Amino acid sequence: MDTINLTIDNKSIVVKNGTTILEAASGIGVHVPTLCHMKLHDLNIENKPGGCRVCVVEVEGRRNLAPACCTEVAEGMVVNTHSIRAINARRTVMELILSDHPADCLICAKSGNCELQDMAHQLGIREIHYQGEQSHYREDTSPAIIREVDKCIMCRRCEMMCNEVQTVGVLSAINRGFNSVVSPAFEMNLDHSVCTYCGQCVAVCPTGALTEVDETGNVIRALSDPSKTVIVQTAPAVRAALGEEFGMEAGTLVTGKLVASLKQLGFDYVFDTDFAADLTIMEEGTELLNRLSKHLSGDKDVKLPILTSCCPAWVKFFEHQFPEMKDIPSTARSPQQMFGSIAKTYFADKLGINREDLVVVSIMPCVAKKYECGREEFKTNDNPDVDYALTTRELAALIKISNIDFRTLPNETFDNPLGESTGAAVIFGTTGGVIEAAVRTAYEIHTKKELPRIDFAELRGMEGIRKATIDFDGFPLKIGIAHGLGNARKLLEDIQAGKSEFHAIEIMSCPGGCIGGGGQPYHHGNAEVLKKRQMAIYQEDKNKVIRKSHENPYIIELYEEFLGEPMSEKAHHLLHTEYFDRTE
Amino acid sequence: MSDYKMHLLICSGTGCKASESEDIINSFTSLIDEFGLEDEVQIVRTGCFGFCEKGPIVKVLPDNTFYVRVSPGDTEEILKEHIVKGRTVQRLLYTDPVTNENISDSKGIGFYKKQIRIALRNCGFINPENIEEYIARDGYMALGKCLAEFTPEETIQEIKESGLRGRGGGGFPTGLKWEITRKSEADQKYVVCNADEGDPGAFMDRSILEGDPHSVLEAMAICGYCIGADKGLVYIRAEYPLAIERLKTAIKQAREYGLLGNDIMGAKFNFDIELRYGAGAFVCGEETALIHSMEGLRGEPTFKPPFPSVSGYMGKPTNVNNVETFANIPVILNKGANWFNKIGTEKSKGTKVFALAGKINNVGLIEVPMGTTLREVIYDIGGGIKNGKEFKSVQTGGPSGGCLTKDFLDTPIDYDNLIAAGSMMGSGGMIVMDEDDCMVSIARFYLEFTLEESCGKCTPCRVGNKRLHEILDKITKGKGEVEDIERLRVLSSVIKDASLCGLGQSSPNPVLSTIANFENEYLAHVNDGKCPAGQCKALLKYEIAEDLCTGCTLCFRNCPVGAITGERRQPHFIDQSICIKCGVCFEKCKFDAITLT
Amino acid sequence: MTKIKSLADLKKIRDEVQSKIKLRENSDHPEQTVQIKVGMATCGIASGAKETMNYFVEELEQQAIDAVVTQTGCMGYCYAEPTVEITLPGKGPVVFGYVNKSKAEEIIEVYIKRGKLVDGIIPVNFKTIDE
Repeated sequence: MDTINLTIDNKSIVVKNGTTILEAASGIGVHVPTLCHMKLHDLNIENKPGGCRVCVVEVEGRRNLAPACCTEVAEGMVVNTHSIRAINARRTVMELILSDHPADCLICAKSGNCELQDMAHQLGIREIHYQGEQSHYREDTSPAIIREVDKCIMCRRCEMMCNEVQTVGVLSAINRGFNSVVSPAFEMNLDHSVCTYCGQCVAVCPTGALTEVDETGNVIRALSDPSKTVIVQTAPAVRAALGEEFGMEAGTLVTGKLVASLKQLGFDYVFDTDFAADLTIMEEGTELLNRLSKHLSGDKDVKLPILTSCCPAWVKFFEHQFPEMKDIPSTARSPQQMFGSIAKTYFADKLGINREDLVVVSIMPCVAKKYECGREEFKTNDNPDVDYALTTRELAALIKISNIDFRTLPNETFDNPLGESTGAAVIFGTTGGVIEAAVRTAYEIHTKKELPRIDFAELRGMEGIRKATIDFDGFPLKIGIAHGLGNARKLLEDIQAGKSEFHAIEIMSCPGGCIGGGGQPYHHGNAEVLKKRQMAIYQEDKNKVIRKSHENPYIIELYEEFLGEPMSEKAHHLLHTEYFDRTE
Repeated sequence: MSDYKMHLLICSGTGCKASESEDIINSFTSLIDEFGLEDEVQIVRTGCFGFCEKGPIVKVLPDNTFYVRVSPGDTEEILKEHIVKGRTVQRLLYTDPVTNENISDSKGIGFYKKQIRIALRNCGFINPENIEEYIARDGYMALGKCLAEFTPEETIQEIKESGLRGRGGGGFPTGLKWEITRKSEADQKYVVCNADEGDPGAFMDRSILEGDPHSVLEAMAICGYCIGADKGLVYIRAEYPLAIERLKTAIKQAREYGLLGNDIMGAKFNFDIELRYGAGAFVCGEETALIHSMEGLRGEPTFKPPFPSVSGYMGKPTNVNNVETFANIPVILNKGANWFNKIGTEKSKGTKVFALAGKINNVGLIEVPMGTTLREVIYDIGGGIKNGKEFKSVQTGGPSGGCLTKDFLDTPIDYDNLIAAGSMMGSGGMIVMDEDDCMVSIARFYLEFTLEESCGKCTPCRVGNKRLHEILDKITKGKGEVEDIERLRVLSSVIKDASLCGLGQSSPNPVLSTIANFENEYLAHVNDGKCPAGQCKALLKYEIAEDLCTGCTLCFRNCPVGAITGERRQPHFIDQSICIKCGVCFEKCKFDAITLT
Repeated sequence: MTKIKSLADLKKIRDEVQSKIKLRENSDHPEQTVQIKVGMATCGIASGAKETMNYFVEELEQQAIDAVVTQTGCMGYCYAEPTVEITLPGKGPVVFGYVNKSKAEEIIEVYIKRGKLVDGIIPVNFKTIDE
């Protein structure tokens, strides 16, 4: 039987076999409340442990209430989603959750963005009839993520992201009964674990149990310090999402307002990480071509495929999980770190100030960037190339604190020399973008011909693993793309097994790439948000006059004035890095 | 029997002792002396016959005469009539309640038919480490017959007709389960034996595995043949080292004899069994949690469907049965479904093993036909309540069963009757409580267990049981209020209604059944600040009666916390704010001047 | 030992071992053999059944009493562990409860050697499937 006839809240409906009560109900405008359930359509990500029991509904003839999220419809089923029995159970369950949850909503990092808070409101909870002992755990602070475990409601979304999607395996339920909670094994701290700080746990946490380390205070202090020159860089994915924090439609491009707000916040120079992305293409593209030409000339020792290295969570992932492959990824630093390195040398020189007096702030869609800028190899005399990395959400908070009406801001433009960028850099913000940008440049350098087309539709999309072959003037360049570390693992295992067919692979830790980063405005399980951000990124690319990195005039100037040429000794020193075996 | 011509077996179990069996022994001893029969008749004290309702019991050998309700005054008649003249004392014989006939031989008394050992048939009979003893008792004969003479469908049909239902607690028809698993198409299927016995006090599965491991192996192989599986797994808790050892030995022997392995008994049927160890989590008795645990995942249940019969271990169709269920299978196939389904009640066939525990004389494992009443189990087989106390309640079904009152004593035990009574069969734990047990404390005790054993996955069980326990704790500490009883009821019903698995769905049973059956005790706690059973320490009050106190200072000197004051030869006083209710003063006082209220 | 290759094989072995079990290995002079079964489930062992069994084995050997001591599972009388079932030649089985070393000594001296019953008999109160 392909279709099922059933009744929900007195409405007869016909749905496909295999549909859940939740899906069937939403089809007729009945929104059964859910808490632990989360489904990102098209990304193949679903969390439905059936644990919170907020979605229980009454099914005629059944002894117990049924969880709508994981009960499949059956022929002739009669469902009542708002019987007194269901409402009573739902509200009692909610009261029970709240009875073991700190009531510090007013000062919680998640206030206003909290699904638990929303649910309490939706269910009209005004009193908690069952008060009692509350769980207490040690707060766990890492360089990027804070775990305030008292606020965990055991929805297990983070666990699902960490294990099933990212295959990192740090977070899992421990202990039993009332003491059960999601934690790293043996309740150790995140910074002692193999956590990559990808932040996908933070992205899906319905409460304030998982949040990023808040650096806004440090940035405000730096901005008000007259002895410091404070500059800021903003990552490509930020401009496609920041507007959501101010009630704008997902996918609204707010580049101009973003620049205006940063200027109003008092940054001395507002630059663009996209500039550094163009620089990354110059270095990484050259590295690719070097390895490729060695390969083509018969060098058996050359490491192929080359893997991208812009994503700090991905870097930490292979350092922990595949240390024996640490010579395969490109040695190019990420755009954030390239920017910091150039800012504190080239740009500080231009201003004639010491690097210690220059504060570099980055606005990132990411929480792992906080960890990345603290890595020892990105410091000179203990002074980091990037001082503070804020998430998109933190920037929004900063704008609100500073009384800026974001929606009415005029559009402004980035400062120079580190603010000019191409369309190739913009698309770094989505899965497939880095490799497309690299192809645009590598093609022209390799073939010495102009690209017949700029858009590579075959590299775009939301599928977890994609592959494409690009004709490099007769040479078929085989490209692989993975987003989500679980997908990355599959490609890595192929390489390990000698089965990989690719010459170059792009890897992004977060589903969707940086647009779905752990530091972005919360998507609350709505995959449409990610798709709209992706569309905005490609739109921004189209809007650009220059769409190939090697055509960025300020990049050309930087090489002429300062670096020499890609992969030069100076470039190597400032723009490349090394990786470490972190298995010990 | 050598020198003695006659033996008088006299019960000296607690129950009979309480009804003067010692006096009977003394009386017989002096009579035998008087009549000069010391060399003819020997008196033997025995353990409890279990038939305490009719105690004290005197059995005369060699003619096996069985006297019931014997009093010290009857001894002379027994001696003169029976021993000297060889005439049975009719009035002391057991009267069959149905036929009204006097029965002299104990073998004829219905009581001894109250236990029928099917699942436990070989326990205590054969050497479990010797496969030949099992074979001698028709072991592996059922497997052999199935392989040689019956199709899997015919075998399943036989099991279905037998009416066997799962003995792990759920009571799902075993034959039907096998049929569903058989019909699930897959390249690989599994037979899993659930030996994760977790109910406090229940140990029948352990006893079967320790006493008759081959019966389970044979049944698993039969199941494998029926459902189309070549692999069996026994999920057993690591706390059962002896059962594990015996199982290992049994598997090794069965392999050596070709009864496990490839081409069993020339029937082109392959089947082998491996062990998987559990860490003793109660929730892992739930089949989906058990399967997750076997897969190396956290032992917590998942939503059903899909049922393991369709998607179980490693995503393959898996038939999970409990140890006791399996132990019944070979007998059913050897003796026929029609033999088996004549035992028991209409909807519950065969026997059930119970682990009798608590305030009962004959603590142990018993196996009775379905339909036996609680009274027969507790009084006739269990030998009644310890120390002659009054029966108060019996808790069946483990920590998530209910507490039944004496009104239910004549309820025939089967799956449906127990559920109707507000309890359940569970895996067969049966804990008897007497007048000294406080039902609120009992409910709290069981909640403590489920609280610790909840996997924590779903909210009602994780937080709800915690709150139930807190309210119960409050009541036993004398801080409850009358609204708490309603709060317990409402919360319990939501936990039952909304929990993910059987553990949560049944965890409030002890609360609900004690409120239903013993609400007065709850009210006494919350309204009067009293614990009728005298168990809740916080509600006890020791006081010294001024008129009885002689001022001997004994209580003063023994009080560990210095709560007692008073001058020598003057009445003493207990400071309630210091008293820890240890009861030492109460025990020490020689003048009954200390009262407990 | 030979592998059982068919149902007929199994029946043959069963018939062989059945007589063996009946006569308890010492088939030459079954009438003179005492059979002792010690309940060796966890409940029994926890109450000292191992010591009891060892004692029987050693003591009977020392006194040159022809006996077969075997272990068995739980008889269900857990309140009276360790439990021991003794079958004297030509007599029915008798179960004794609470058999510690001194009880075992008494059983050997009084029941096994002289055939006099001793206190502590557990009346068997169940039917087997064969009845």
